[in-house]
Amino acid sequence: MTPDLDLVPFVPELVLVAAAIVGLLYEALARGPRYPVHLAVALAGIVVASGATLALWRYGGDPTVLAGAIATDRLAVLARLTVLGAAFCGLLLGTHAIERDPAAARGEFFPLLLFATTGMTLIVAAADLIVVFLALEVLSLSLYVLTGLPGRRAASEASLKYFLLGAFSSAFFLYGVAMVYGATGTTRIPEIANALVGRTGEQGLALLAAALLLIGLGFKVSAAPFHMWTPDVYQGAPTSVTAFMSAATKVAAFAALIRVFDVGLQALRWDWTPLVAALAAVSVVLGSVLAIAQADVKRMLAYSSVAHAGFILTGLTASNADGIGASLFYLIAYSAMTIGSFAVVGVTTTRGEDRTDLDAYRGLYRRDPHLAAAMALFLVSLAGVPPTAGFIAKVGVFGAAIGAGYVWLALLGVLASVAAAYVYLRVIVLMFMVEPEEALVSDPAPLPRIAIAIGAAIVLVLGLFPGLVTDLVRSAAVLRW
Amino acid sequence: MSADQLVFWIFAPIAVAGAIGMLLSRNAVHAALFLVVNLFCIAVMYLLLEAPFLFAVQIIVYAGAIMVLFLFVIMLLGVDRGDDLREPLIGQRPLAVILAAAFVVEIAVAVRAGIGFATMAPEGFDAVNRDGNARALARVLFREYFLPFEVTSLLLIVAAVAAMVLAHRRARAVTQAELERLGLLEPPREEAPSP
Amino acid sequence: MVRLPLVLLFSAVLFSAGVYGVLARRNAVMVLMAIELMLNAVNVNLVAFATALRDVVGQVFALFVIAVAAAEVGIGLAIVILLYRTRESINVDEVNLLRW
Repeated sequence: MTPDLDLVPFVPELVLVAAAIVGLLYEALARGPRYPVHLAVALAGIVVASGATLALWRYGGDPTVLAGAIATDRLAVLARLTVLGAAFCGLLLGTHAIERDPAAARGEFFPLLLFATTGMTLIVAAADLIVVFLALEVLSLSLYVLTGLPGRRAASEASLKYFLLGAFSSAFFLYGVAMVYGATGTTRIPEIANALVGRTGEQGLALLAAALLLIGLGFKVSAAPFHMWTPDVYQGAPTSVTAFMSAATKVAAFAALIRVFDVGLQALRWDWTPLVAALAAVSVVLGSVLAIAQADVKRMLAYSSVAHAGFILTGLTASNADGIGASLFYLIAYSAMTIGSFAVVGVTTTRGEDRTDLDAYRGLYRRDPHLAAAMALFLVSLAGVPPTAGFIAKVGVFGAAIGAGYVWLALLGVLASVAAAYVYLRVIVLMFMVEPEEALVSDPAPLPRIAIAIGAAIVLVLGLFPGLVTDLVRSAAVLRW
Repeated sequence: MSADQLVFWIFAPIAVAGAIGMLLSRNAVHAALFLVVNLFCIAVMYLLLEAPFLFAVQIIVYAGAIMVLFLFVIMLLGVDRGDDLREPLIGQRPLAVILAAAFVVEIAVAVRAGIGFATMAPEGFDAVNRDGNARALARVLFREYFLPFEVTSLLLIVAAVAAMVLAHRRARAVTQAELERLGLLEPPREEAPSP
Repeated sequence: MVRLPLVLLFSAVLFSAGVYGVLARRNAVMVLMAIELMLNAVNVNLVAFATALRDVVGQVFALFVIAVAAAEVGIGLAIVILLYRTRESINVDEVNLLRW
């Protein structure tokens, strides 16, 4: 039997790969000023892929196509769009970084970022654990390389650390997939769900598989206690890459987690939700507490990302459409906040030199009021203060957790949010209320400012008019299989 | 004891011994060779488990390509820089042993609890492998699993580009900067406007 | 016919040996070898399940894993060489693998 060849749900990935290969060929063959062309090719790829993804919102075909490898539901559409948005901003930031520091620049940055994006858009749509694993590898391998691309010492150390821990976690994930295959005899996620329904005994293998898969994906979303790589990698990687991966990797890995656990292992949800709750609790507490101790903005944001992974996991303890919807909303909001704040970090520098210690933010308001205002907005949103997207997102996940009976987890989340607010407020105080000591000049380049403006607009719109997205998120949270 | 079991009980201990030898040897080359022993025994296991195609792939890809790459890099970095086996972090090694042992026990328990299908029909792969294992694999690979197959090719492109970008450092930019620093090359000047 | 649980136990032992190697070794190349050991243990598992289930998909999956392992080794060793060029050490704990 030859499988049906309905390629429509796979067009976004095809477009991205095509753009990446054009970029590779261009890098190999062209001479002269190359980065504007690279940027144009890559952005065109992202825009066309986004268009193709949008067209899938009303896709009426089978729930899975290409022999069960690709899911066509709206979760895939929404998560793909978020990833593509993050990639768009990442490209803008990366081009700016290349212009500022030509010695460390590589034209392969653009194709590699597109390959990473392809892996991410593929994993959010993958309906077969084999495809999930391969997409995970595509995105991870591309990100290891992007991290080490400048070839400087900090970047290559970060790259090695990311690689070793990432490969280690992939092995756990793979072991989990093997166990699922052994327990159910299939790797297709919907078939796994069917095979597990009604089997009450003999689930030792499947339970072990759930734990192993959670370890593997926990590494990728940087949930504590699997977060060890996060601060060093976020700090050592080029800021543009950090911005991209902090947002897009989380979206991709969480979408995969939702599909694997809320579809494939749905029958076991009474067994795995306590594990998710435990991970969420540890991440929220550890991330918030350790963020307080940091003197470097990138490390601080890295621990904040651990805490936010915990909040998203909090929403996923409710293994239903409410929880999935709340987590999706959180992912979109978090992507905007984190890209925006890392973009600010990327331009709050003296020329050429990255300044990521907190002292660089002293009196930022005097030097560059727009930048300070944008950073304040992102930090307030990360802290979860109304009227920003972060507040609405937190209310959503806590509500879902309470609905699922995890009141203690929601309370813990609220307490941790209050503690973590200190971290963000400290930076705001530094920016607005302290006089600048040194004559630092922030970078006036236009490209990062576009990314900052996009992030700020999303944070404000989601905060003030959440109704614009909640309907979309709700319909994406209903998984079709 | 059947022939299968005999082969298993000969090669499984050798494989485990190879793994332990790899973990304990100080010299990186020795470790790599121990790993080769282990990988070869695993290949024999594939033969035992009725996967002759994978047996060949395992030997060609692992022993032939991956381990050679390992040895090549070890030689490149210098054989004498062996690993010292001191305690890396206080308490990490006992923790590693406990974790690893707990893992084996956990899997053993899960396997005992979860084996529901071990009583399946014992006819073997004859129906599936009716005209050869390689052909049976190809039938599945290029029909149901052609998308993962294409994704693998994507993965290999990424790996090739990555290895090139990372290991082959830019000759152009660095040498030019260095030459300038050494005074061997004059910094680029503004060209005179042509008439 | 070798009994399935025996093979699974064999693979669990190999996987655990790999886990121990990743946690206990300091040299990045050694850690990478331990990761290879883990991937091979998973492959044994997949092939054993394929035999037990009379389903060739497990073998196909193992084939993919071998390809992934090759790609991973290629990139991993490239990163090791990159690091070796920027600083003359590939010991992982000198790379601050664990710090707050």
